[in-house]
Amino acid sequence: MPVNEEFKPTIVAFCCNWCSYAGADLSGTNRLQYPANVKIIRIPCSCRLNPMFILRAFQRGADGVILCGCHPGDCHYTTGNYYARRRMTLLFSMLDYLGIERERTRVEWVSAAEGAKFAATMNEFAGTVTKLGPNRRLEDLRCRKE
Amino acid sequence: MQERVKQKAIELLENGTVDRVLGWKTGEFFYDLTPAVFTSREEAETNFVFSAFSGANLSKYLIAESRKGGKVAVFLKPCDSYSFTQLLKEHRIWRENVYAVGVQCDGMCDAEKLRDAGCEGILSVREEGENLIVGTLYGEKTVARKDALLERCTVCKSKKIVTFDELIGENGEELDSDRFAEVARLEAMTPEERFDFWRGELSRCIRCNACRNVCPACSCEKCVFDNADSGVRNKAAADSFEEKLFHIIRAFHVAGRCTDCGECSRVCPQHIPLHLLNRKFIKDINELYGTYQAGADPETKPPLTDYTVSDCEPSVVYERGGKP
Amino acid sequence: MQRVGVFVCWCGSNIAATVDVEKVAQTLKQEPGVVFSTHYQYMCSQAGQEMIADTIREYGLTGVVICSCSPRMHEATFRKTCQRAGLNPYMVEIANIREQCSWIHKDREAATEKAVILGRAAIAKVHLNAPLTAGTSSVKKRALVIGGGIAGIQTALDIADAGFPVDIVEKKPTIGGKMTQIDKTFPTLDCAACILTPKMVDAAQNENIRIFAYSEVQAVKGFVGNFRVTIKKKARFVDETKCTGCGLCTEKCPQKKVPNEFNLGLDNRRAIYIPFAQAVPKVATIDADYCSMLKTGKCGVCSKVCTAGAIDYKQQDTFLEEEYGAIVVATGFNPIKLDKFDEFAYSQSKDVVTSLEFERLMNAAGPTGGTLLRPSDGTHPKTIVFVQCVGSRCDDSKGKPYCSKICCMYTAKHAMLCREKYPDTDVYVFYIDVRTPGKNFDEFYRRAVEEYGVHYIKGMVGKVVPENGKLKVQASDLLGGRQLHIDADMVVLAAAIEPDESARPLATMLTASMDTNDFFTEAHPKLRPVESPTAGIFLSGACQGPKDIPETVAQASAAAAKVIGLLCKDQLVCNPCVAQPDELMCNGCSSCEKVCPYGAITYINKEFRGPNRTTLLRRVAQVNGAVCQGCGACTVACPSGAMDLKGFSNKQIMAEVDAICR
Repeated sequence: MPVNEEFKPTIVAFCCNWCSYAGADLSGTNRLQYPANVKIIRIPCSCRLNPMFILRAFQRGADGVILCGCHPGDCHYTTGNYYARRRMTLLFSMLDYLGIERERTRVEWVSAAEGAKFAATMNEFAGTVTKLGPNRRLEDLRCRKE
Repeated sequence: MQERVKQKAIELLENGTVDRVLGWKTGEFFYDLTPAVFTSREEAETNFVFSAFSGANLSKYLIAESRKGGKVAVFLKPCDSYSFTQLLKEHRIWRENVYAVGVQCDGMCDAEKLRDAGCEGILSVREEGENLIVGTLYGEKTVARKDALLERCTVCKSKKIVTFDELIGENGEELDSDRFAEVARLEAMTPEERFDFWRGELSRCIRCNACRNVCPACSCEKCVFDNADSGVRNKAAADSFEEKLFHIIRAFHVAGRCTDCGECSRVCPQHIPLHLLNRKFIKDINELYGTYQAGADPETKPPLTDYTVSDCEPSVVYERGGKP
Repeated sequence: MQRVGVFVCWCGSNIAATVDVEKVAQTLKQEPGVVFSTHYQYMCSQAGQEMIADTIREYGLTGVVICSCSPRMHEATFRKTCQRAGLNPYMVEIANIREQCSWIHKDREAATEKAVILGRAAIAKVHLNAPLTAGTSSVKKRALVIGGGIAGIQTALDIADAGFPVDIVEKKPTIGGKMTQIDKTFPTLDCAACILTPKMVDAAQNENIRIFAYSEVQAVKGFVGNFRVTIKKKARFVDETKCTGCGLCTEKCPQKKVPNEFNLGLDNRRAIYIPFAQAVPKVATIDADYCSMLKTGKCGVCSKVCTAGAIDYKQQDTFLEEEYGAIVVATGFNPIKLDKFDEFAYSQSKDVVTSLEFERLMNAAGPTGGTLLRPSDGTHPKTIVFVQCVGSRCDDSKGKPYCSKICCMYTAKHAMLCREKYPDTDVYVFYIDVRTPGKNFDEFYRRAVEEYGVHYIKGMVGKVVPENGKLKVQASDLLGGRQLHIDADMVVLAAAIEPDESARPLATMLTASMDTNDFFTEAHPKLRPVESPTAGIFLSGACQGPKDIPETVAQASAAAAKVIGLLCKDQLVCNPCVAQPDELMCNGCSSCEKVCPYGAITYINKEFRGPNRTTLLRRVAQVNGAVCQGCGACTVACPSGAMDLKGFSNKQIMAEVDAICR
């Protein structure tokens, strides 16, 4: 399948308020670039991410969803990311089981100091999703733009 | 055994141990047993049935029955006792109002399988040792019991009755069953094959909600899919996304709580192997976080409300077996 | 439908250079519910804020969206602006179009398009915002200090000075901590006891301070302003109220072979003991592991000699529950165990000692009466080798990755004191780097080298081998580019320091976070260095990271200032973005309770109306808004969706998702 040069995936990044959102801010402060089609939604903690939100994003046409939180052990709320880690592991495994491309979902731990890591992660993730092409396996056809 | 269970129901009502008995009665057909509440000896004598078709898990009905005042007796097969214990753990059943009778189980039968075995027009079924003697419009047929078992019974995980006040028959042991074989087979497929498999299965979903309504873990006061405020309410699976959404979320909500009682698949009118979704979660939990059986005891923390500092990272999904 | 006003900030050229602010304002004006949309050079300026406030009043706005820098920067500012204009501060949403848009994108078109989408998401969210009112909770005007070292003492003294009652809980029989074991202090070389013991006495005599020595924190419940703490007073087998500290029992006790922990096992004490002469409280303690009376029921000498009748062999641990408004952690540090560093022969030779042991050997109140003698044979060491960074700055699992910070300076001190007292000794110091950032620190180190003639050698010691009463030291001299072989009489190891082992279980009790090295994490590494992220928990001293005495005291006083600031308040304003259960949907299944790190969720049985005029008793969750910190773990654990988070509700987040994916 030829890679569509024009394809710009829609990527939703859920970032915890304390580490990853601050990490994203830091990559801005340091002027580190990543694709404009990555859009960040701020949540208080990675453990706030309901699987429903991820599915909703895919339903509405997202091509990739990434969750960023504090590194395990550094959660502002002490334990939130530990729960998030289990939930996302199981959810991603289930999506994979249903034949949804496993590269469309990701969890990455980004601290408030890791602006460079945030930008690098987004560049890499956006690259992976671009290669995969549009999400067709998990979307609501009624939400198609065309 | 069948008679002993019925006599126990009658006895408990008569000697005043309980005010109500939760059991089974004949539905539209005699092999179509359905849960029922009996309040008198007469009622129980006439309608109470316990047979090879008493597959229905009664534990969920206790959520409502145990709150009605008075005491209710319930009959629990081994797998039902896991659901019962899980519901106790979640504070859903008021234990003091329940008299639990554990019933030894040798596997429950599936009328569909009898039909598949060539029994058309079933009139009666009689158990004779390892065989079922099926009386049909076209004469008697003999079917080996093991060929007529419900899917879940062919891979029975445990003959142990976890929680009970009284036991009919023997209490058994946990078994080393092969229930994850089918999940493993799917895992070994390519994503395209898996996608096609599930599209084929889930596209048949008519959103009748039978799986949800029968599931002892799906016992929310109000389901998110019925709640206008949840933002995901829908009544019909309009396209392939909603089929998936509903079943993924349903499986996720019961993950770590599902005892693998298999009721979802038993009641699905479209024969969707829904248990394969739940079992996938159970298999993952066992492999990633240590063996866990929901409902096996009243204390252990369910794996999704627990963690260890050294849990695997979600990237394990990309690294594990199965074709990319 | 809200009446939404959109305010797009240029941030000078920070945003306007890459984002077409005019276009963003115009496009967002088309969004549903937007009644006003504009752009301005500096929204956060006085004039910008005025404009927002005026527009709120003029247009009767019920929701405000500000497209500007990160909400971490100015969300609080704009919330206050709106509040001044009569709008609930939680009706403001920020679209981050600077850090997460203009600063990272070069393409003006793409950046503008993204800014519009981020604006849309904020508008979609603000439509679902509800006015939130922060609740209040009361403050118990008493503080607890856990740990009675110099950090805990200083914090307690400062809080007590401000007029608030403070309790110090110390697990050892006396307060004073590590500083009591130290001989001299750098960089002034004044005697540690001379500056510490008066403070210990001050603490004991201060009427606002209660000292619970030989006690531990057993359980912590509650939240900022209202902690309930169970303190275990361990049995001393001596009645504290009767004991006069005369010390007669400690001289008569027949059990003489108990390793003296105060001197790090370099000498022995009795089974009944007072750790040192200036102990506070000066009360004897019976060591139950060694006391014959407690072990076999035979002896009773101390009871016979005690004229005060203070000995009580039947004493039990007692528990008391106290209420506090604030808790200060001052659990301090310990040198690491050196069993993994056998190349330095620590376990093979008595003459290889840690720096803390060396302090005791130099101390007039120590086992040698202040004369530096080799522990093995009691002779004067003539050649002493100091090894720095033993377990510090270690990249493998043997030691610690961090710099222990105090070792360079105390080693310089030790080297200097050796040369001063015993000018005939040769003193070598092996180091990776000498780190001396501190007032008068570098001068101090240079004096050691230049005035006292200490041989500083850059390089690590590879091996120490005890041989014929000598210690053969093999080392590399990196600057000289050669291997050195020194026959030393004594080797002193500057062991890395680590948090006290009580810190980790305490952090769990307090729900305070720790880093991977078990140091307590501060709320912000630069701007809130003495507060834990958990409200009402403050950090004092080395429990937060390696520190010397001046820094510890500074942090202790800073923590006290923060505590005083808290205790001065009569009411605390709570975070209104907390979890909220819908009782009608709640299953009472306890999933949410299990994942709540704050214990904010409890259950009640409540009657609900059932069908046909019946009532149903159901178990439902209740959230204590003063305890909940708003992480949202419960909202996902809840299968029915009964638990939601104010300010980040399911619907709000899904509205953002929809707006972004649209």
